[in-house]
Amino acid sequence: MQDSRSVGIVTPQYVQIDKPLQLKSGLSLENYHLVYETYGQLNAARSNAVLICHALSGNHHVAGYYAENEKSIGWWDNLVGPGKPIDTNRFFVIGVNNPGGCHGSTGPASIDLRTGKHYGASFPVVTVEDWVEAQAQLAEHLGIKEFAAVVGGSLGGMQAMQWALDYPEKVRHALVIAAAPKLTAQNIAFNDVARQAIMTDQEFYGGNFYAHDTLPRRGLRLARMLGHITYLSDDSMAAKFGRSLRKGELSFGFDIEFEIESYLRYQGDKFADMFDANSYLLMTKALDYFDPAAAYNGDLSAAFRVATANFLVVSFTSDWRFSPERSREIVKALLDNEINVSYAEITASHGHDSFLMETPCYHQLVRAYMDNISI
Amino acid sequence: MTETTVSSTAALRPDFAAIAEWIKPGAKILDLGCGDGSLLRYLRDTRNVFGYGVEIDDDNLLSCFRNGINVIQNDLEAGLSSFASDSFDYVILSQTLQAMRHTEGIIKEMLRVGKEGIVSFPNFGYWKNRMQVIAGHMPVSETLPYRWYDTPNIHLCTLGDFEALCQQCDARILERKVMNNHDRPVNFLPNLRGMLAFYRFERFA
Repeated sequence: MQDSRSVGIVTPQYVQIDKPLQLKSGLSLENYHLVYETYGQLNAARSNAVLICHALSGNHHVAGYYAENEKSIGWWDNLVGPGKPIDTNRFFVIGVNNPGGCHGSTGPASIDLRTGKHYGASFPVVTVEDWVEAQAQLAEHLGIKEFAAVVGGSLGGMQAMQWALDYPEKVRHALVIAAAPKLTAQNIAFNDVARQAIMTDQEFYGGNFYAHDTLPRRGLRLARMLGHITYLSDDSMAAKFGRSLRKGELSFGFDIEFEIESYLRYQGDKFADMFDANSYLLMTKALDYFDPAAAYNGDLSAAFRVATANFLVVSFTSDWRFSPERSREIVKALLDNEINVSYAEITASHGHDSFLMETPCYHQLVRAYMDNISI
Repeated sequence: MTETTVSSTAALRPDFAAIAEWIKPGAKILDLGCGDGSLLRYLRDTRNVFGYGVEIDDDNLLSCFRNGINVIQNDLEAGLSSFASDSFDYVILSQTLQAMRHTEGIIKEMLRVGKEGIVSFPNFGYWKNRMQVIAGHMPVSETLPYRWYDTPNIHLCTLGDFEALCQQCDARILERKVMNNHDRPVNFLPNLRGMLAFYRFERFA
């Protein structure tokens, strides 16, 4: 049965952007298309638009479900919908798949019109700044001059921050959830192990596996298993799986024995079938490169000097991949610039994944914050 | 907030009004242990201040959000490291001092972060409190409504005690107000007759 507060059946839409996307790397995407979804109605004043930015494995399908599959529920459906914390009765909400992704926007698996072949490894490295630029093109297409709010978790939170830096006049509120002002060495290290797992898979073919009619399933699976461990907390894994054995006893072999092994392999397999390996490489690079303070000698407060948006920053106590300490660095930079900011450190046990969970205290705060946004 | 609710807040919370009298319009404020945010909201509406509250409790945080004030969830006992030195006109600690573990630490942090500090606390030296101690009991009164076993107040003090602490922390007292239970100023024997004490102070240059 569907949630009565669901936005219901949704249909993705496409837009072709013919203005070249100048990338931070110096390269450019001459033309590209974006897939997006919208929920709710844009009001006459065009003042109620909310942009949702997705994280590493997310996409444009934020809320609702597709007619052909009732189980195809959007990744942030618990937060976005009529009567939900981001209330689609009030806001016009947009989800968009970033370029370089693999859910409909131009990415490595798309055909490069110049060659007639898949982009594959030739797809340029994209950054958070590049994504914000592409999203700005979508906003223009939709006739949105200013967002009531730009919202994102994790890598999505980085995009929300970047919006406030690149287009201060177009963002009234930025909701930066479970994010960080830049990755730590440990975080980059995790990403590189994931990339190495993919790139050393013999089926990767230097990124051109499409031509060989195969995919680096093993590498992608390992990458996801590693990532998944880091998105959970020790406590949540202990509570969910502990040392439970599938067969109830040790079998003195190397097949699946512990429930956690079974779970991770299942997650890995599922992911390997639905996600593009090149997109995974690109997403992790975008994470690694994000560092708005870099152009200011590491001074994050200086980087935020241009920002004018009001901020809500949220972190989760058990998140060790994007820990509360990192969110407090963002808050400090905002405080130094006398920007309106509220900061919540949510007690939650699910690690980094907590930002996707329906923790009552978390959702109440987001609801209260959104309710105060005038449209 | 409408005019009526501003004036009714002033009537209900004379301690807010007492603090507001000291605040220059348009000042930048940090309210430590801001509770549901109503003091900061009151100061915003009556003194046009810009500021932030600091609060640790989840329910209070939600109330602050609903009150539309900026609030940072942080444990005051851990200090104010998110806040730059000299970055506020006033740092307020309203009826929170007595519940803090690191009393001296927070006064020093207030002096670091703010140009001026404002502290209010229930005066333990109030005569009704003294009477109850003489009668052999821990006091329970209008400003100290808890019983000894359920009180969050761990560091109660008198006017004299607080003034000694200020001296120890290199805080120069600029102004003092003492109120009785009819919310009137107490000028005669304040340490005996006063229920609530308010201090405005700065650090010795």
